[in-house]
Amino acid sequence: MLNLDFSFFSWQVVSGYIVKGFIFSIELTLIAMVGGILLGTLLALMRLSSRRWLNLPAAGYVNTMRSVPLVMVILWFFLLIPLVIGRPLGAEISAIITFTIFEAAYYSEIMRAGIQSIPRGQVGAGYALGMTYAQTMRLVVLPQAFRNMLPVLLTQTIILFQDTSLVYAIGAYDLLKGFEIAGKNFNRPVETYLVAAVLYFAICFSLSMLVKRLQQRIAIIR
Amino acid sequence: MSAWDWQVFCKNTLDGSVVAGCFGSGGDITYFDWLLSAWGWTLSVSILALVVALLLGSVMGILRTTPSRGLVLLGNAWTELFRNIPLLVQIFLWYHVVPALIPPLRAVPSFILVVLGLGLFTSARISEQVRAGIQSLSRGQRMAGLAMGFTLPQTYRYVLLPMAFRIVIPPLTSESMNIIKNSSVAFAVSISELTLFALQAQEETSRGIEIYLAVTGLYFISAFAINRFMLWLEGHLRVPGMIGGGK
Repeated sequence: MLNLDFSFFSWQVVSGYIVKGFIFSIELTLIAMVGGILLGTLLALMRLSSRRWLNLPAAGYVNTMRSVPLVMVILWFFLLIPLVIGRPLGAEISAIITFTIFEAAYYSEIMRAGIQSIPRGQVGAGYALGMTYAQTMRLVVLPQAFRNMLPVLLTQTIILFQDTSLVYAIGAYDLLKGFEIAGKNFNRPVETYLVAAVLYFAICFSLSMLVKRLQQRIAIIR
Repeated sequence: MSAWDWQVFCKNTLDGSVVAGCFGSGGDITYFDWLLSAWGWTLSVSILALVVALLLGSVMGILRTTPSRGLVLLGNAWTELFRNIPLLVQIFLWYHVVPALIPPLRAVPSFILVVLGLGLFTSARISEQVRAGIQSLSRGQRMAGLAMGFTLPQTYRYVLLPMAFRIVIPPLTSESMNIIKNSSVAFAVSISELTLFALQAQEETSRGIEIYLAVTGLYFISAFAINRFMLWLEGHLRVPGMIGGGK
């Protein structure tokens, strides 16, 4: 019995329910991506350091984050941040902090592989030219590592965008929540969930096609 | 922050009184009982979904390496479809949309729907790994099989798959651990698993940290157990002389 009715999907519904959530999902993805890559690069450098007091905490951090379900991490932060700062924090801000810190663990593994893909000789060459460690990393190793890993970093970002839907656990208003509320208000949950799925698919599929193309282009350089 | 209160697990879930021995009796349950049953649900969802994912993922992965264009297209479409929709949205689709569109499915318990949702989502990832595993074998293997007079299914059964599956065990290990983590999404459709327990027990007892620590620990143990099992399996199936199987 197919009696789907999409007629209620007017621009007013879209702008009233969906756009707000969509903007937050994008915002969350972008902030967590930039913050996660920065923090992740730092973690990767720490893990590759020969000083134990640097690499042990970094390894522990990354392994812990990677072995706990994201939903639990979201719940943990939502519980702990108010205890630490002493006042309640909105679900949206809490989600942004959580995702940045959580994704850093995943990005750091990618950056670590990227840094390790650069031949050791390049680091030696940097030192031989009189560069400091920081200069060698900043001017020689990291730009290449970043370039080699760009497709993987972007693929991780697509996964990150899909994972933003999990803020459902703490009730933050994201893209999926927008569809859910619209579905409840118009009593059309079947249609709204379908449209949500199609929209997520369209975004993620086209982005992953773009990444595939980029990968082929970048592959020529090496 | 107040001190630890691990006694919370010995409390009766109805009236909050502390039960001696931590296990409820006569129909009453303690939070500890509830925690254990939630762990059971998490493991059941994960293991059944893993079975679904392994079966479908292997079939789809194999289809993507066959010479038939139609089958390759089917495998590719399957993989892209289930890989590009967030897991939570897929779970909602199974729970809200599929039974509405296919009336006979309305009688199916939500547990089964979640198993299907998680299983199909993971099957896309497994199909990708199985495909990569088969394609990593040299082309000569397939040709040799066909030249020996094997039919295509026989070539897969006796030549390609025995090697390909041994190659993909390590990525399958991490996927099996992911499925434990991903099963947490089932809380959204009221499956009484660990995450839903964490949410509800935290609200009832205000002992969030103790509850979350216990739940996180159980996730950790479950994933670790799967990891050990897969390592054992890998060692058990190792063929001397093949990739890393020396000695």
